[in-house]
Amino acid sequence: MELTGAEITIRCLQEEGVEYVFGYPGGAVLFIYDELFKQEKVKHVLVRHEQAAVHAADGYARSTDKVGVALVTSGPGVTNAVTGIATAYMDSIPMVVISGQVPTSFIGEDAFQEVDAVGITRPCVKHNFLVKDVKDLAVTLKKAFYLAKSGRPGPVLVDIPKDVSNHKTVFEYPSSVNIRSYHPQEKGDASLIKRAAQMLLEARRPMVYAGGGVILSDAAKQLTDLVRLIDAPCTNTLMGLGGYPASDKQFVGMLGMHGTYEANMGMQNCDVLLAVGARFDDRVIGNVAHFNSVPRKIIHIDIDPASISKRVKVDVPLVGDVGSVLTDLVKVLKSSKQKPDAAAHKDWWKQIDEWRSANSLGYKNSSELIKPQFVIETLHKITRGDAYITSDVGQHQMWAAQYYKFDKPRRWINSGGLGTMGFGLPAAMGVQLAHPGAQVACVTGEGSIQMNIQELSTCKQFNLPIKIIALNNRYLGMVRQWQEFFHGNRYSQSYMDALPDFVKVAEAYGHVGILVEKPSDVEGALKEAFARKDELVFLDFRTDSTENVYPMVPGGKGLSEVILAEDL
Amino acid sequence: MRHIISLLMANEAGALSRVSGLFSARGYNIESLTVAPTEDPTLSRMTIVTSGSDAIIEQINKQLNKLVDVVSVMDLSDGDHIERELMLVKVRADGADREELKRMTDIFRGRIIDVSDKTYTIELTGAGSKLDKFLLAIDRGLILETVRTGASGIGRGERILKI
Repeated sequence: MELTGAEITIRCLQEEGVEYVFGYPGGAVLFIYDELFKQEKVKHVLVRHEQAAVHAADGYARSTDKVGVALVTSGPGVTNAVTGIATAYMDSIPMVVISGQVPTSFIGEDAFQEVDAVGITRPCVKHNFLVKDVKDLAVTLKKAFYLAKSGRPGPVLVDIPKDVSNHKTVFEYPSSVNIRSYHPQEKGDASLIKRAAQMLLEARRPMVYAGGGVILSDAAKQLTDLVRLIDAPCTNTLMGLGGYPASDKQFVGMLGMHGTYEANMGMQNCDVLLAVGARFDDRVIGNVAHFNSVPRKIIHIDIDPASISKRVKVDVPLVGDVGSVLTDLVKVLKSSKQKPDAAAHKDWWKQIDEWRSANSLGYKNSSELIKPQFVIETLHKITRGDAYITSDVGQHQMWAAQYYKFDKPRRWINSGGLGTMGFGLPAAMGVQLAHPGAQVACVTGEGSIQMNIQELSTCKQFNLPIKIIALNNRYLGMVRQWQEFFHGNRYSQSYMDALPDFVKVAEAYGHVGILVEKPSDVEGALKEAFARKDELVFLDFRTDSTENVYPMVPGGKGLSEVILAEDL
Repeated sequence: MRHIISLLMANEAGALSRVSGLFSARGYNIESLTVAPTEDPTLSRMTIVTSGSDAIIEQINKQLNKLVDVVSVMDLSDGDHIERELMLVKVRADGADREELKRMTDIFRGRIIDVSDKTYTIELTGAGSKLDKFLLAIDRGLILETVRTGASGIGRGERILKI
């Protein structure tokens, strides 16, 4: 029997086991929406802006091990989606975005709602396709899902012209696809793994630096096994939080621009560094020349060969799936008779503990002003550290990363690479749909939340009981902090004037809003919010407007050139 | 350092822009880029002449390999290879210059492929440097237009780029 392109699209989604599609209808996708209407297997979540559809699909993907799916129309549907696609691309999130396109005969004629979707998204997708013939549709969608999920994951866009979604052909969904130019290497090279193991066993000051690759590869257990085996301190990047349990004594906190003193000093001073699914980016190691000024051996595990020796030259490159390579590495280490040098390690841990004693995340609490750090610590306490936390971008993001101690992977959902304000709330929608009974909180600021605040409407429609933790300091805090440090306190356009009454905003959308102005009310408000299990609660915390994020390694500086809170 | 990179890629709409987009997005140099289908109509072969430090060239190779449309990449500069470029030059060929231009064309083993009463069109093949030298050897004022293909390259002997 012949099916239309639209029917084929939906059948493909069903075959892939897609549970939710996040989207927004429009002219070019009307046939596809018509088919969505006629079935119940694939549920559609109607957002209020296409950017939010992509972030929601992204949050869904990050909190599960599944591919997120978004559906948008042509023209502005696609351009609105671009920020979401770029966000997913920078953080290697598996995603398929289906976009409508004007009919093939109109392409290139500047038709109504026409943009070159494949051209516009090319630099921010893993791959993309324009489907010109309905006969190619099923195999293209199969390829899209395969590419999105395999190797280094990423978003894949499939652009479907309106006539293609209406043309008919015989439907057959391939069980597998072979792309002759695409063969990601899953297994690490055995001899290099042996060399790495030897290097780790001989290390006097070993350090493990693990990033988002551990989360994407579901390799938290393997990482934990390895770190314990080699008795090394372990740090996580912003993207890697939860990849190693934060409450473990070998964990030294997040590293980088706002990383702990012990993590950054450990990175700088170790003699053997094992980088796992991380990419030495500028916010992580700061000044490359400064980082390279100290000799150390580097072993780097990554599925993407292009990530290896990109910014920092590596001694042992281990290309492969993080989980697979770690498993093999653990096996080799376990079978070795050699044990780590206990005396050297003892000295190293003594040094680490000395750095730890700087207590770089210490802050002075106040009985007058709500400290943002205190809100996050209380949030951790009330949720027993077991919530899914999404965030937007800015100071609140750093505080959430620093003070919510993530013990499990896939619990911390944030836009690390692109740094997209407006990510938090729509991402939380995807997370909540993926985990209906779970506690989901969106830590945000009064700046970020307004970048996608319209999604409060989506949350109402789909009964998503997200808790919005707004650290409202009346400033674009991170901008203000940089202006204080580096621009002579000239707060150019970093204030937030004419703020709405967020309690009323929440109420207007049919939710609950709570204003919190006193430190003594923080815990009670959080308790009340989480007790309201079926309601979205918007907590407007009026926090200390002058608080800064510490420690801080200023841009362009080295990891040991850190500003601590007491330095100022 | 100058490198000449050959690659095989899917002969599909948009494949060329993925490669050129990669170079512009990451700030890599392109000195020249040529592309045409191969004996296998599903594949195109591209030759890119670029320059950069060893680290940048390593990244270029890795990033090219990462493109889903790219099937195979070879840095021809890593070994023995042959490089050829075709140039067509139209020159003002009048009076005494007419004989001189014919002589220079012969010295450079070029051919005159079109003749009018006042012009010659000269065809010249060789490494890019040879073509440069020809342009320096003739009177610059006589050059009416030049068109060059950019370099094509191939490995010597058993160095073969094929899938």
